[in-house]
Formats: sequence, C-alpha cells, structure tokens
Amino acid sequence: MTTERIIGNSVPRKEGRDKVTGRSQYVDDMVLPDMLFGATVRSQIPRGRIKNISFADSIPWDEFVIVSAKDIPGKNCIALIGDDQPCLASEFVNHPEEPILLLAHPDRHLLPQAVKAVSIEYEPPWPAIFTIEESERCTEVIWGDDNIFKTYRIQKGDVEGIWKKAAYIVEGEYSTGAQEQLYIEPNGMIAAFDESTGITVWGSLQCPYYVHKALMALANLPAEKVRVVQMETGGAFGGKEEYPSMIAAHTSLLAMKARRPVKIIYDRMEDMAATTKRHPSRTRHRTAVSREGKILGGEIDFTIDGGAYLTLSSVVLSRGAIHAGGPYYWPNVQIRAKAVATNAPPHGAFRGFGAPQSLFAMERHMDRIARTVGLSPVEIRKRNFLQPGQTTTTEQVVREAIDLGKLLDRALEVSDYTAKKKQFASKNQLGSSRKGIGIAAFLHGAGFTGSGERYLSSVVGVEGCADGSVRVLVSSTEFGQGTNTVLSQIAAEALGLPYESVTMAQPDTLEVPNSGPTVASRTAMVVGKLVQSAALGVAQTLIFSKLLQEGYSADDFRAACKQYVSTHSPFRCWSRYDPPSDIFWDDEKYRGEAYAAFAWAVYIAEVEVDLTTYSVAVKDFVALQEVGKVLHPLLAKGQIIGGIAQGIGFSLYEKVVWQNGRMQNGQMTNYIMPTSSDLPPIRVFFEELGNFHGAYGAKGIGELPMDGPAPAILNAVEDAVGVPFNSIPLLPEDIMDGLAAASEENSAVSRVGRR
Amino acid sequence: MINSRAGYGKIEISFTVNGEPKKLRAYPMERLLDVLRLKLGLTGAKEGCGEGECGSCSVLMNGVLMNSCLIPILQAANTNIQTIEGLAAENSMHVLQQTFLDYGGAQCGICTPGMILAAVQLLDRNPQPTTEEIREGLSGNLCRCTGYNQIIDAVAEAARRRNSA
Ligand code: FES
Ligand code: FES
Repeated sequence: MTTERIIGNSVPRKEGRDKVTGRSQYVDDMVLPDMLFGATVRSQIPRGRIKNISFADSIPWDEFVIVSAKDIPGKNCIALIGDDQPCLASEFVNHPEEPILLLAHPDRHLLPQAVKAVSIEYEPPWPAIFTIEESERCTEVIWGDDNIFKTYRIQKGDVEGIWKKAAYIVEGEYSTGAQEQLYIEPNGMIAAFDESTGITVWGSLQCPYYVHKALMALANLPAEKVRVVQMETGGAFGGKEEYPSMIAAHTSLLAMKARRPVKIIYDRMEDMAATTKRHPSRTRHRTAVSREGKILGGEIDFTIDGGAYLTLSSVVLSRGAIHAGGPYYWPNVQIRAKAVATNAPPHGAFRGFGAPQSLFAMERHMDRIARTVGLSPVEIRKRNFLQPGQTTTTEQVVREAIDLGKLLDRALEVSDYTAKKKQFASKNQLGSSRKGIGIAAFLHGAGFTGSGERYLSSVVGVEGCADGSVRVLVSSTEFGQGTNTVLSQIAAEALGLPYESVTMAQPDTLEVPNSGPTVASRTAMVVGKLVQSAALGVAQTLIFSKLLQEGYSADDFRAACKQYVSTHSPFRCWSRYDPPSDIFWDDEKYRGEAYAAFAWAVYIAEVEVDLTTYSVAVKDFVALQEVGKVLHPLLAKGQIIGGIAQGIGFSLYEKVVWQNGRMQNGQMTNYIMPTSSDLPPIRVFFEELGNFHGAYGAKGIGELPMDGPAPAILNAVEDAVGVPFNSIPLLPEDIMDGLAAASEENSAVSRVGRR
Repeated sequence: MINSRAGYGKIEISFTVNGEPKKLRAYPMERLLDVLRLKLGLTGAKEGCGEGECGSCSVLMNGVLMNSCLIPILQAANTNIQTIEGLAAENSMHVLQQTFLDYGGAQCGICTPGMILAAVQLLDRNPQPTTEEIREGLSGNLCRCTGYNQIIDAVAEAARRRNSA
C-alpha cells in the first residue's frame, strides 16, 4: 500500500481564486464584437396546431433577425436519445413552452416587446393531458400509440408464490413532485458562425459533446465544423445536461442567419418555466412480509411523468427502477417501470436522476412495514439489509464488504437516535410543537447504468507541456462539484508531481476528447481512472525516451518533460475506457451488474413540527456514507451538504404550481428554496471501504445526498405527529389538512366505539 | 416607457467605484447592475433573478449591501460603490476571500461575489457573530450549491482571523 500525498488532502480548489475574486468568466460575462441578443417566441398553449403567425405593426421588424423552422439546414430536432423533440415547432405544439420563432436584435431591451408582438393562432384548442393518470387513461394519445415513452420490467424469483406465505401484505402509494434545479446562473449561450470554420458556441453547460452532436444534426455540418466551449458554469445539477443543446441550436440558427454572433441568456422566469425539472413520480408498493419482518418479495410499480418529449426519460426511468428496491434483499421481486407523456415541458435530469423518487417510496414504505409488523424502523431495516454475497433486484452480487447494519448503528450513535426517540415519545404529548426523528437507508449506483459506460467508451488525454507541467484534457466539466480539482489531484498523484504542476484544459471540443457527459456521479470514478492511466502514459513516454528514470523526482520530471517538448513537440497520451471483463449486463432482461459500484448511506433527520403554523423545521441532520476513497474531504463534504440542502428543499419547500402544463410560480419569490436561516447544521461522516474500480478507490458521490433527505424527513414527521404523509413536497397546508383529516377519523372511530 | 435607443434622456452620473471616480452618461432608470457590467466591465456582480431575491448582484453602496438589479443608476449618483473586484488589491485577497477558498465557501462560484460582500457587511457591523447571526445575516443571499454550512464556516473563520490579527 503506497501512501498518497495529494489524494485525500483538501488542496485548494483549482479555479477557486478566480471565483472568490470575481474574475471567473461565465457566459453572460462574455461579449463579442457586433453581437446580437436573441429571444424565443413560445407556444403558450399546451397542445394544438399552428394556423397562422402574425407580427404587430408596432415593431420595426426589419431591424430584427427572425428564424423559424424553415431556416433549419439539417434535421429539425434536438438529437439526444430519440429525435422526437423539435428545435422549433413548425406545425404542432405539444407543451406551453414550445419554441416556435427566434428573434435577434442589437438592443436586448427591445426583445421582450417584440416577443409579445408576435401572435400565433391555433386551430380550435386540442385537448391536452397533464397528469400520470390522464396519460394512462389514453383518452388523448399525444405520443406514440399509448403515451408510453418507455417501460422496464425487472423480475427476480417468483412473485406469484409469495402472497400465500406472507404473514403481512403491506401496500402503499407514494408520490413526488417536480423540482426545479434552480442553479443561480440561468441558462445561456453565445453562438458565432463562419463559412470556413462553422459554428462555435460558448455556454453554460454540462456536456459539450451532447451539444456537439445536436448541432451537427441540426446544421448538417461535419464534426470538425462544430465547436463547443464550456464557460465557467454557475451551477447545473443536471439542469444543464440536455437543455443547453436547445439554446445552442437556437443561438446557432440566429447566428447563421444574421452572420453575427448571437447571445441568448434566459431570465429567471423563462429558465424556470421552459427548461427541464425533476420528473414527478408515483410509486406503488405491495410487499409480502414474514411474521419475523423479513421481506419475502413484492411488486413495485414506478411511474414517472416525462412531459411532452422523450429527452432523457428512459434513462431516468432506468435508474429509478434499479434503485426502487433500496438497500434490501428481495428474494422475489417484480419492478414494473413506466415513463409516460403529458403536455408539460419535458422533465429531465436532476441530481439523483430517478433514484430520489423511487427511494423516497421505498424508505417511506419501510416505515409502514415496520409499523404493520410491530418492529422499530431500526429493526425492520436490519432484518432486510443486503449482505455481501446476496444479490440486488437485478441479481447483481454484492461483492463489497459492506455492513449496512454497522453503518446504521454508527448513524444511530452519532445522532443520539435512541435517546431522542425515547425523549420525543414522552415529551410529544405537550406543548405547541412536536419533535420526531426518522431514518433513511439507501444506495446509489455510480457511473452509467448497465452497458452505458461500454457504449460511451470515454477517452481522456494528458499533455506534457513546454514548461514541464502537465495538462489534463477532458470534456468533463466543472460546475461547482470540483471536477478540475479532483482530476488534477489524480494526475499529480499518478505522476508524483505537486498539485500546482497540473492544469486543466478548458472544455472545448476542438481540443479535448469525448470523456463522456458530466453526469451520473461518474467523473471521479470513471474519468478519474482514465486520467490516472493517461498520466502514467506521459511518464512512460519520458522513461522510454531515456529522459527520465523510475523513481524520479518532480524536478527530474519537469526537466525531462521540458526537454522532450523542446526536441519533439508538446505530446499527449490518451486513455480509453476498457470495461472490466467481469461486468455482465443484459439489456433485454434488465439483469446483471447494473453499476460498477454503489455508494451506501444512512441519513437521520430530526424535525420539529409547529402545531400552530404547521411548518416543519429540520433541527439536526446526520449523513453517514460509504463512498469509497474520499479524494478531497472538503469538496466531498461540500457535495454532501449541498445535496442534502436540495433534498430538504425537495421535501419541504419546493413546489412547482402547474396550470395547463405551465409553471405558474417561476420566480424566486414564489418558488422557495432554502436560505441559510432555514437549514440546520448538517453533520457529515464518511466510512471508507475502498473499491477496486475507481481512481484510487473512489466511487461516485455527487448524487447520493439527494436520495436520503426526503424519506428521512417524512419518516421523522410521522414520528412527530403520528400521521403518515406520503407525498412531497410536504407544505404546511398539507400537514394542516392531514392532521385535520386524521383527527376527524379518530373522532369518528371513537363515536363508533361508544355506541 | 424607456426607449433605450433614443439619444436623449441620458443624464450624466458621477460616482465612485472601487475607489475610482467615474463619470458616465446613462438613462436614469438603467440598472446599476447593467452599468457596472456593461459600461464599466465589472462582471463580478451577477444576475441571478433580476428581482431582488437572490443577492448574486449584491454590491456595497456607501457600505450598505444592495441588490444592484433593483437600483436605478440615478440612485447611485454621488455614492461610493464597492464591488468584488475592489475588495482587495490585485494579487492579494481579502480575509473573506481567503477563508472562502480555505473552507469550501465557493462551489460553482456564481453566488460568491455577492455572498462575500454580504459577509463583509456582516463582519463590519458585527465583528464576532454567532453562527445564528451569520445564518441570519446571509439569508438574503441564495446559494444552491453549498447548503451554506461551509460558507458559514468561512465567515466564522474570517472573524476569528481578524480578531486575532
Ligand atoms: S439578480 Fe439581483 S437579487 Fe437576484
Ligand atoms: S456556490 Fe453555486 S450558488 Fe453558491
């Protein structure tokens, strides 16, 4: 075992100095000569057929560049998994934020008036559908033959036989709402076009090569004529995974027509209403449980609302389905998952990617099972935790030496669970507030699902530079999580160089290879491993050319690298993903090794419910997780705390109010995210097992913390007030209604009892 | 309605920005945020919402934290404006910038300039704030990345470093 110098140390964030001094350049900070500003004219109705478009006389239209679907040189779609989403609607609209026309003008202040001056007439309104239930009824078919984007079925063992053997059959239905990513920097993009070089876009984005692919199809240009550059990105959380392709397409079309650069920056309301949000979900559980509280098997129906187009729904669905069984052993299970279409703007990626939805259901359901069986929330979990050697719902063998019971014990200890549970039980009888404590245990798969990483076949490069330093070339982007820092640490560690001797290339498709999208908690684990081997390639090159010897010092390396570059040229070593040979995945049956590694966690929330205002305050939050090697403790902790804050918002604050498929509260004044005074201190603990796959044993970390808060908090609320709530967000009015309904029921019961 | 294209209607505004006197012509209702970003090239103040909710456009005006997206430039006439760019001399850092770096107070960085300026005001008014006072004092500035804990650590540490200096 070597001791690491840089891995495991909280070195300064690579781009941190620029961020704290205000020097970082985000897309809206960039100005090009002669630049126009663009705006989007949207449908405003959820579904219909365009009859006529007219332009009011009040606007000097000849000063504007106007783009419609007719101006698209290639295919009118945003190429992603499917090609169903148009870049600009030409005839039909399927949701109220569908782009139809694009306008550009040198004065950005004139654009809002111009957008309003375009009127679009439709055929008499077509009926539209807005909920999972409406979509399932198929009274209106808006997508394919049956409104279904995708289904999966995970089948393990025999579910038929379990019901007879069950001492208890526990059923429950759980639902989660849409959630806005609410990165503080709204979406934005700049495009420029030139016959000889093609399109260049600069933007706030997560996945340069997604944008690259979309622009090639749209503009009908070869790969080398599309260049995508990521600017410093002010938060993303999945919200800048797919929609930037749309904005890049729009700015590019305007720039091609205007022959001038064009910038589009969404204002907050447009960003919230038109871009993707977390998929609303509904999960139904039916579980057979033995007298001792062991799960014998069950059925899980997991359904998500995908909005009007496929976008990433099939992938979100897949992750949600695979996580639906939680960290428990199911001898028999059938998981039926389905993504359906509605006339809302497409829902998309948001940290956790389907798992927070299905795990919310699982962990609420676990508490319900506990109550039915008469066991504590602790005991029911301990009796059902996955053990090494057992298999998950997809029959992936747990090979890690994970001991979830121990993880849970440790979380109980640091949260002082047992004492608090007792104290709250007696104290709860008095006063105008009630305290409660709740547990969530969960897992999160790192990297792409199943064969995903194999298809991606990511490549990274490391370059030896003229000054003797090295530069990492990846399309993996920094948007706060610490990509730059962690990948630099890995390269420095691999080469035995100081952290300062490693720099990161700006993600620019002209220069960096496709290291895959920056999603799915894959960067440290998958891309990190490739950086490590490409870095070693650089040292090997110098050693082969006899400029360097094994056991070299950092100074030796710098001298050798300088010399090599001066006699040859800057040199680059590449590394491509090589799937581990022991990973088996069956895409048809949805069976096998779903993920290269899982992160494991137990979170404990303590809440106080105010019985006058019905508000819930989270008083204490303990987050204990096993994420493999922690490469950078400060960043890792920051990821966990930030994710939990978003999870608290998801549970208790953030409600998207819909009307006819439109978000009605697209402002920070009425869509409420937690402020510093709303949040408790969040206490973070890491356990390290080490893992064979990732760079220096790292697994994914970014998404995990989004999974646990909602069920832990709702379990705590039930503990406090004795009434179950199974739908989030849980707002004060929901609690008021729920408590009122429960007390009515109680008095009805007691009346019946008295007779 | 303001016609921002018309040549008339502009007024002359004098104010001090980061210690330097500035004189420029602008429409009276132009936002201070736009003047700073577009006319003076000071892009450290960011637009997160444009309606006074997020605080990412915060600047100090005569030492008081203001959302520059809500300030018509007219109101900034003859004031003393401080932006993140003027917090420390080139190549040096204010103690809060250093502690934000050391304690993980900046992730994506978009809220950071505003957050640091909010912390400057907080520590000016209350050099030894409790954790609760820090939470309260920064509650007008939204951060979606950090969950605030590490920002609070950074501010508490800055107070310690200052008081022990
Ligand atoms: S942009 Fe000024 S407060 Fe949000
Ligand atoms: S660091 Fe990203 S919003 Fe605060």
